[in-house]
This record gives sequence, structure tokens and C-alpha cells, in this order.
Amino acid sequence: MATVNISVDGKKIQGETGQTVLQVAREAGIYIPVLCDHPALPPEGACRICLVEIEKQGTLQPACTFPATDGLVIHTNTERVRASRKFNLELLISDHPLDCMTCEATGDCLLQDLAYEYSVEGDRFEGTKHHYSINDPNPFIQVDRNKCILCRLCVRACREINGVEAISVFYRGFGAYIGFGADSHMADSPCEFCGSCVAVCPTGALWPKMSLGKGRPWEVERIQTTCPYCGVGCQIILEVKDNEIIKVDSAWEGPSNHGWTCVKGRFGWDFVHHPDRLTQPQVRRYLLEGSQPKPGPADRHPEVAGDPWEWVETDWDTALDITAQKFRQHRDESDPRSVGVLTSAKCTNEENYLMNKFTRQVIGTNSIDHCARL
Amino acid sequence: MFEPVLTRNIHRPDSEKISVYLAHGGYQAARKALTLAPEEIIEMVKRSGLRGRGGAGFPAGVKWGFMPRDADVQKIVAVNTDEGEPGTFKDREIVESDPHQVIEGVIIAAYAVGASRAYVYIRGEFFLGVKRWIKAIADAYEHGYLGENILGSGLNLDMSVHRGAGAYICGEETAMLESLEGKRGNPRLKPPYPAQTGLFGLPTLVHNIETLTCIPNIIERGSAWFAGIGTEESKGPKIFSVSGHVKHPGNYELPLGIPLREIIYEHAGGIRGGQKLKAIIPGGTSTPMLTADQIDVPMAFETLKQVGSELGTGAIIVMDESTCMVEAARRLSKFFAHESCGRCTPCRIGSQRIFEILDRMEHGKGKTGDIDLILELVQGIDGQTFCPMGAMLVNPPRSAIQRFREEFEYHITHKCCLVDAMDG
Repeated sequence: MATVNISVDGKKIQGETGQTVLQVAREAGIYIPVLCDHPALPPEGACRICLVEIEKQGTLQPACTFPATDGLVIHTNTERVRASRKFNLELLISDHPLDCMTCEATGDCLLQDLAYEYSVEGDRFEGTKHHYSINDPNPFIQVDRNKCILCRLCVRACREINGVEAISVFYRGFGAYIGFGADSHMADSPCEFCGSCVAVCPTGALWPKMSLGKGRPWEVERIQTTCPYCGVGCQIILEVKDNEIIKVDSAWEGPSNHGWTCVKGRFGWDFVHHPDRLTQPQVRRYLLEGSQPKPGPADRHPEVAGDPWEWVETDWDTALDITAQKFRQHRDESDPRSVGVLTSAKCTNEENYLMNKFTRQVIGTNSIDHCARL
Repeated sequence: MFEPVLTRNIHRPDSEKISVYLAHGGYQAARKALTLAPEEIIEMVKRSGLRGRGGAGFPAGVKWGFMPRDADVQKIVAVNTDEGEPGTFKDREIVESDPHQVIEGVIIAAYAVGASRAYVYIRGEFFLGVKRWIKAIADAYEHGYLGENILGSGLNLDMSVHRGAGAYICGEETAMLESLEGKRGNPRLKPPYPAQTGLFGLPTLVHNIETLTCIPNIIERGSAWFAGIGTEESKGPKIFSVSGHVKHPGNYELPLGIPLREIIYEHAGGIRGGQKLKAIIPGGTSTPMLTADQIDVPMAFETLKQVGSELGTGAIIVMDESTCMVEAARRLSKFFAHESCGRCTPCRIGSQRIFEILDRMEHGKGKTGDIDLILELVQGIDGQTFCPMGAMLVNPPRSAIQRFREEFEYHITHKCCLVDAMDG
């Protein structure tokens, strides 16, 4: 890759051939506002917010698609550039509900940030506004096309990140809108609810239904963690308010997932605070009490207090001791082959390896399998 | 008297048939071209000065020169029959009446640039054109002008027709390629240009029908003949589609550089009903309109630019004094708002807002400041859109306001039309 030298607002910066002006500027920490670009996705050139002045070019050029070549002299904040940015923002705002007061995205909305930065008023180009229904009967994602600015980040995220192409643009011109499958609901489309579209949406057009009304971006603590569902080790960001998870966001630097998650990682976090969730180890009463002989199925009386089959909460040491003792008893007193082990895709490779060693060497049986193979 | 060349066959009975075409010297230019070296043909086209007839006016020979010479890479000729510029109906007439002349141009172009596949993209609404194209291609195959080893030259060329679904923007070459690939007809980012990465990622030569029609004639009569017609920067014959308030609307093949007045008054019979001329759109609806006093402008790329307009497709729309310019601007803006692909903000929303403002003006609901609001929109959109459509959609309202501002003001202050008021 050849190095290219460009100048942005008087700063000399370097990039590589093949990069766009926006990419080089972004890496150098120079801010060029844009609504339709995301580092994880190919450029689109749709919003025209990133138009900049490039010397020797007659018209303003989009930084997001303009190739960085040696010697470019770029101005990102001239009066002409600011006027054009404001113009495009005014157009976007002219077909926007302007309900920031109750909008979920308030505080986490690029359109709102830019409208503030450029003192945009809502009525300069007032005209027809869209009034789309927000009724999309799927369990996970609220679709509010009234807030959509047609940046097509969701279209690209679905195509490039998840590889599904459930989202596309329907119709054209002012009547164009984002739709799913063959212009149907999300649930009727090939959508897998990975939520990548939600993660890249710059406004409140796509929002997790289970996060609605749960809290404002400035009220949450963002905690990066590893998704508990499987062994891939996807990084996710938990948005936590008052010690409760209210949303999951993409961790774009995650080395194994680069921001992507599956439906479980993105939307399957409600178990964390579920009242049915086990928070302590439990052991059958007869095991805890050491009753002999082992009660049979006929002794099962769930309605009666003191039922020998009842699950009783205990501490980890007691539970593990009982488990170890039962393993030992089966290995030593009967045949080790009477024990079988089933491991899980939710465990890491290392954990599964250890279970393999444990089963074959400690217990002494080859009867081990894994749920992903079944 | 100028002798028509491109349209010389169209008035013959059964002119679309290969037998009639062959009987009048058809495919002789292709026979001749196939004996020449490809480089010689490219040189001839360059020397002829032929510029694309689809609207942009890019030199055809230069475009051919951009095609890679690498024999290992398959190359494609894409034939643009998506004639959608309102007022333009020249390509349609050629395809319906003389399709073999176009096929001959395609054979020569394919041979020159080393293409082995030609795709025709045709407007979905051209029902007769589609039929004629399909029949002509089948007949050309049967007579050995398409297929393998054409006329024993070793050239293999396959050709097929693809119907569009009715979008103006698919006339833009990269949107046309997207549509040919079966995708949504949105323009592509340039660069890369089609000559590098075109249809299915292959180098592609995209030409307009009229441009391709010029090719066999250049081969047959020589580049000096072609370059001898027209002006300094605009060479060759051109088909002007004349419509609107003239006595004889229709296609007129005339040399480039001919004064607009001559086309309107000598060829199209002048203004109908003895009315006075008011305005002219000289090159299709996307070109800025001219006023009656500019009628002596020569119809050439450079001269129209000098008077603030463009040659475009050469479609001349004539408006007489009964025309309300607010209504004209409103209708033209409605077209562009309807045809915007919706990709970029200024075109998607801006075109709609321009139409809405003109619409309320026309219906007596215009507000003070509306004219300036349109001019602000026009300035904001021009040059800032993803594709050339933005620069085009601003031309009708901007030129109408620049040249007929008093009519717009009258509409706002009097809530009615100045033209109607003058009629009494």
C-alpha cells in the first residue's frame, strides 16, 4: 500500500491508497460529521452531510466516498461547507417528527447532535411529512420510519455484517422507505434479529422494543463484557441503569465478533433479572439428608412439605461435595461406563477440553458428547 | 439541402426488416470494419469528433480508448435504449424503424473494443421497440451478423434485450448497469467508470442509440465526412426531436450548429395557431430553458453552453405565449421529484419541496418569499447530489424564474396566472 499525504484544515496527515478522505481524517482524529457512514460498512454517499471543499474541485465533494490521493488540500469547515451541511440537515428535519422530547434516541442521535450544532430550525423547508405506522409485530425491534433519514446503514449492516439482506429500500424519491423481505413485516422477512441494524441506526428509527422507556443514554453505565450464551466469546456492551441491564449495544472492537451479535446476545438478556432464575445451587432433599434407600417415583409428593424429591437451596461446597461423591461412587462401585457426560456449546473450548480430560481420565469412560453435535 | 443519413431509411416501407436494410446497403459498413484493425476504427471515431448523443456529449472515440486492451478480459457493449428524457423520441424512432443500423454500430464498436457480448437495455414502455429489437437480433443471427465468427472475421458477438421497468434514472449509465444486473436502478459511485468496472464487474462500453447509429456511417463515409458537418466542437448530423407548440412536431435530422430558429420555423413549420414564441427548452427537460430572443443560437454543444443552456439530447420543446411558466416549471419539477431515486438527501427531499412550492404557487396559495425559497433550494441541490440528476432537476425551476420572474411574482401577489389575465 502506497502512502498518501493529504492536508485537512491545514493539518498534514497520511493515509493509504484506497482509503477515502473520511477514513484518513477519522484515523487522524479529525472530525467530519456524517450520518450515512460507519467504519464497519462500505460507504454510501447518501446523506451529503460530509461534503467538504477540496481544492481544484468545482463542487463540494463527499468525504465518505472521495478517494484520498496525494496532495489533496481539504477544508472541512468553511462557510460554504457549513451552509451546505445546514441545508441538508434542514431538508432532513423538514420530514422528521421532531418529537425529541419523548424519542428514545435523544442524547444518542446523530441527527439531533448535528441539528443542535448547526442551529437547524424545523420550518425552513416545511412541506409534506410522512406518517408511517410504527406497527411492526415482531418481538424485538421497533420500526419507526418517520424518524428514518434513509442513510441505508441498516440495509448495509444486514447485507455486509449478517449477510441476510432482509432490509432494502422500497419505492423511490420522497416515497422511498426502508422495508423488509418483500415489503412486509420484519418477522415475515428473512431477518434473524441479530440487531446489527439497530446498532448502526443513527436516529431512533430502529430501537429495541424491550428497551423502550427504560432509560436515557446519559443515565446508563456502559459495561463491556463477554456474551454468556456460547463459546464464541462475543464482546457486547451492556447498558446498565440502577444495576439493571436495559439494552445491549455493539462492541465494535470485539476481536471475535467485530460488533456483530446473534439474536440471543442482543435481545436475550431478560433472563438476567428474571424472578424464576436460580441464584443458588439446589440439591434434592433426599441427597442432602442422605436418606437410604433412595426414594422411588411413588414417594414423590410435591404438595407435601418434606417431599424427598424436593429441590432444596444449599451452598456450593455442599452441592459440589454431593456431586463428587456420587461420581466417585458410580466409578468405584459400579462400572465407570455407567457415567455419561454431555457438555455444552455455551462453554468455552477450554472448558470443554477440561471436561473431556475429566471424563476420560478421572472418571474413565469415553461416553462424552456435546450438544452442538447432536 | 442537408441529406439525412441517420434517418435515411426510416420512411421506407418495412424499414425495420433486415431484407430492406440489406437491399439498401445494410451491413456493408460492418463488412468493411471487420477488415480493418480495431485501432484504425478507434482512430477513425476519434478523428470524426463524434460526441455521445445521450445528453452528456462525451467524445465517443476517447471512451473507446478507455476500454482495456487486455484480451483475457471479457468486454461488454451496453446499448442504452432507455430514452426517458421528456421531449426526446429520436432513439425510439430509430429502434422501431431501423434497428439493424444500430446492430451494425454495435458490431463495429464491439469489434473495435474487443467485446464479445452486447446487452440492450430498453425502456419498458417501448413495447414496439422491444418487439423490433428482438426480431432484428434474431434476424441478424440468422444472417450471420451476430453469433460466432461473424462474416468469417473471427469476431464472436452475442446480443440480447433486457426490458427496464420504467425509471428515468435508469437512463444514467451506471443505474442502467445496476438494473441490467437485476438490481434496484440506482446510480453507482464513480470512479470506477464503466470502462474499468461496468456490467458484472467487466469493462463495459455504454452508448446511446443515436451515437451507435453514427458509427456505421463514419466507417462507410469516412471520419472527414463526419467532421466536415457541424461546428468546431460539435460534429456530425443530429436528430432533433421537436415537440410542443409547433405546426409539425417530429424528428428532424440536421447538421449540428444549425440555428434554433431554422429548426423551429423552417423544419417544424413555426408556431401553431399564429401565436408568438415564448420559451424553448433546447435539449430535453433537464436543460435550462431559453427565451424567444435567444432563438438564433446555433444548436451545438459549445454555443448552447454560451447562452446558459445545454444541447442535452437535442430535444426541443417549444412553448408559445399561452404557456404559463409557473405551470411549466411545476410540471417539470413534478417529473423530477417523481423520478428521484431517493438515495441522497438533496435530491430526495429537495426535489419534493421545489415541486410543493411551485404547486402551491400555481394553485394561488404561494407565499411571499417562495421564489427566494426555490432559489435557495436550487442552490443547495445543484452540484451536491450523488449523481448528475441533482444538477438537472434544478434547471427547469431556476431558468424559468431567472427568465420569467414576473410571472412567478404575479402568481403570488394576485393568486392567479399572468397569462390568463393578459388573455382577459
